[in-house]
Amino acid sequence: MDAIILQLFNGLEKGSAYALIALGLTLIFGTLGVVNFAHGALFMIGAFCAVTLSRIFQISFVTEDPTQTDFLGNPLQVETPYVEKWFGADAGAWMIDYSVPLSILLTIPVMLLVGYVMERGLIKHFYKRPHADQILVTFGLAIVLQEVVRYFYGANPIQTTSPSDYSGTVNIGAMFGMQIFYPVWRLVYFFFSAIVIGGVFAFLQFTTFGMVVRAGMADRETVGLLGIDIDKRFTLMFGIAASVAGLAGVMYAPILSPNYHMGMDFLVLSFVVVVVGGMGSLPGAVAAGFLLGILQSFASLNEVKAIIPGIDQIIIYVVAIVILLTRPRGLLGRRGVMEE
Amino acid sequence: MSIKNISRRGLLRTGAVTAGGLALPTIFTSSASAYTNEPTGSSVKLGFNVPQTGPYAEEGLDELRAFELAVEHLNGEGDGGMLSTFSSKELQGNGILGKKVEFVTGDTQTKSDVARTSAQSMIQKDGVVMVSGGSSSGVAVAVQGLCQEAGVIFMAALTHSNDTTGKDKKANGFRYFFNAYMSGAALAPVLSNAYGNERRAYHLTADYTWGWTQEESIKASTEALGWETVETVRTPVGAGDFSSYIAPVLNSGADVLILNHYGGDMVNSLTQAVQFGLRDKQVNGKNFEIIVPLYSELMAEGAGSNIQGVYGSMNWNWQLQDPGTQAFVQSFGKKYGRPPSGSAHTSYVQTLLYADAVTRAGTFNPCGVVEALEDFEFDGLGIGSTYYRGADHQCFKDVLVMKGADNPTNQYDTLEIVEVTPRSQVEYEPDHPMFAGGELGECNPGA
Repeated sequence: MDAIILQLFNGLEKGSAYALIALGLTLIFGTLGVVNFAHGALFMIGAFCAVTLSRIFQISFVTEDPTQTDFLGNPLQVETPYVEKWFGADAGAWMIDYSVPLSILLTIPVMLLVGYVMERGLIKHFYKRPHADQILVTFGLAIVLQEVVRYFYGANPIQTTSPSDYSGTVNIGAMFGMQIFYPVWRLVYFFFSAIVIGGVFAFLQFTTFGMVVRAGMADRETVGLLGIDIDKRFTLMFGIAASVAGLAGVMYAPILSPNYHMGMDFLVLSFVVVVVGGMGSLPGAVAAGFLLGILQSFASLNEVKAIIPGIDQIIIYVVAIVILLTRPRGLLGRRGVMEE
Repeated sequence: MSIKNISRRGLLRTGAVTAGGLALPTIFTSSASAYTNEPTGSSVKLGFNVPQTGPYAEEGLDELRAFELAVEHLNGEGDGGMLSTFSSKELQGNGILGKKVEFVTGDTQTKSDVARTSAQSMIQKDGVVMVSGGSSSGVAVAVQGLCQEAGVIFMAALTHSNDTTGKDKKANGFRYFFNAYMSGAALAPVLSNAYGNERRAYHLTADYTWGWTQEESIKASTEALGWETVETVRTPVGAGDFSSYIAPVLNSGADVLILNHYGGDMVNSLTQAVQFGLRDKQVNGKNFEIIVPLYSELMAEGAGSNIQGVYGSMNWNWQLQDPGTQAFVQSFGKKYGRPPSGSAHTSYVQTLLYADAVTRAGTFNPCGVVEALEDFEFDGLGIGSTYYRGADHQCFKDVLVMKGADNPTNQYDTLEIVEVTPRSQVEYEPDHPMFAGGELGECNPGA
């Protein structure tokens, strides 16, 4: 029972990441009709925003400690972060400790800018091209982005920690009268993603801007005939979708030490999520993200693997096949999307 | 003398003898020196095949730094590094056999097929006489097989699977790095002292040749102590999120988690195991412990504070105090501003050992090099007396047992040496069951 509850939580947390990335993918596909294979790279850039802010906070001035030596036998260079000098030792240490959540403030403008530049600089030239061309160009862009990150940050995973107040575990079994401990930060990630997903839906549902975008997703031409510059709104939606991917990445940094190819690892799974949820369906992307995350976690149980060896590796694809055979448009897909 | 005195048969006989006599030196010369990529000019080319992209790229780039340094020292540039401490005094800093050393590099991407293609290009297009490098046993086994077929020497760098000098051993391939069996043999007594003989271990293992043989080796060593193996679970290479595999550990009754992971996988699995509170747990009345049988400095750097107090093993570490290590650390540190990793050390040493073997053999012919390296005893390259066993081309030397430093003072000070396990304790017979199967075969000089 303990293992089942643990895997349920694991699935919710993993599903949160899938859902956030798939949501961004679906936003881009639904508005611009672009299959964005660079979306995983946007998730990775988000995670590196956390690394960057953490490094900025740790930029230090150096003093020599003659009582100690470094590996070459020279006096040890002792580094003290500037933030501790400028804001005081306690405030500086707090800023370094909270660099991951604080980097959300950096991530949003960075991702909006990256999204804007991507869309205006490259992707807009491929709107009327076949999906195969879009996949090729965005996949190439993803490789360029990850190589740029590798050049500046190296290939090793970079340990990025959650704030000490949110490290460690909490007893999630208390509500069931059991002792089941689960990492606090993973719960934070789940709630954070729920807030972001809710925020995106609320934005699309309850604002005029969102209403126009939804109308444009349903019938771009008619909205354009009403004199609305739908292209400009869609460009902004691309930036918002990039920001959702970035936010998914920045908060994931303490869970999976950022490395330059982490986006690729998530990208394929997220596309499966989008297809299972139904191309262009935002609720479908979220529902499929959680469904596949939970199924993948349960398939990792040793008892399950003992019955079907290797099921943890193929469960997502098996489910995708079954759903597409029974519901060709995916769980919540709409008629006409990707069917012409 | 009149021409009419020569019979037709005599003329044929004389002609045949003369022709044979003239051809004799050529026949001997060509058969004695006809080998793949025999260097004919004033330089000789080596091929360094390392992962420059992909998950093991940092290890590969450090190997490349060391290869460049070794070439520099062989050509008489720089401070000479370990040339001065090496017990063999054949290398004089004038290249190899008087030929200037040049090199080409390739990117294996830690993929066997890519590594083979890259090595093939180095051999066929660039004319290298030796290939070195690698950061994965799967790649090492693949490239070693290719070098055997092509007739060049393979001086393996980072490969820890028993298979490299076990069932997949080849006459043209040599491994200086230690292996999974040695890790188990070195770790077991330390683990026994630290954690006792009544433990229940759970293995998470990277699902490829290295992971399998490491799991087998550590399992055998710890079971010999009296430890029980609760479960062995294979995980995909590059899984990223290991939480689904770690959660079942919590309720398995195990009180030790053994992570047969390397590189980014180890960083992630260890970090996530700590996040799930494994190290704060008490099971069976004992503190839950994590063990990482194979350590590298670059991995330790990536794992940060999570490795504190975690035991593992290493082939070599820059903190050793012998003259060879100190010379290498000074040399590498001055050039690159950081201490060398174990991968860098192995790459540097393998290059020097190859050059020395060629010099002692007096030829680049792979069969001469094989003969010179087999059963070669040497010292001064970093970790005491070392022996390149002829039976399987595996090096034997002391093995380091390491522990994550409790209070690191800088980013390089992440591991501390707990014990230098004597060579005699990690040695095994060539026909040991973990190394059984496969044939070393004959050296292949190629063309």
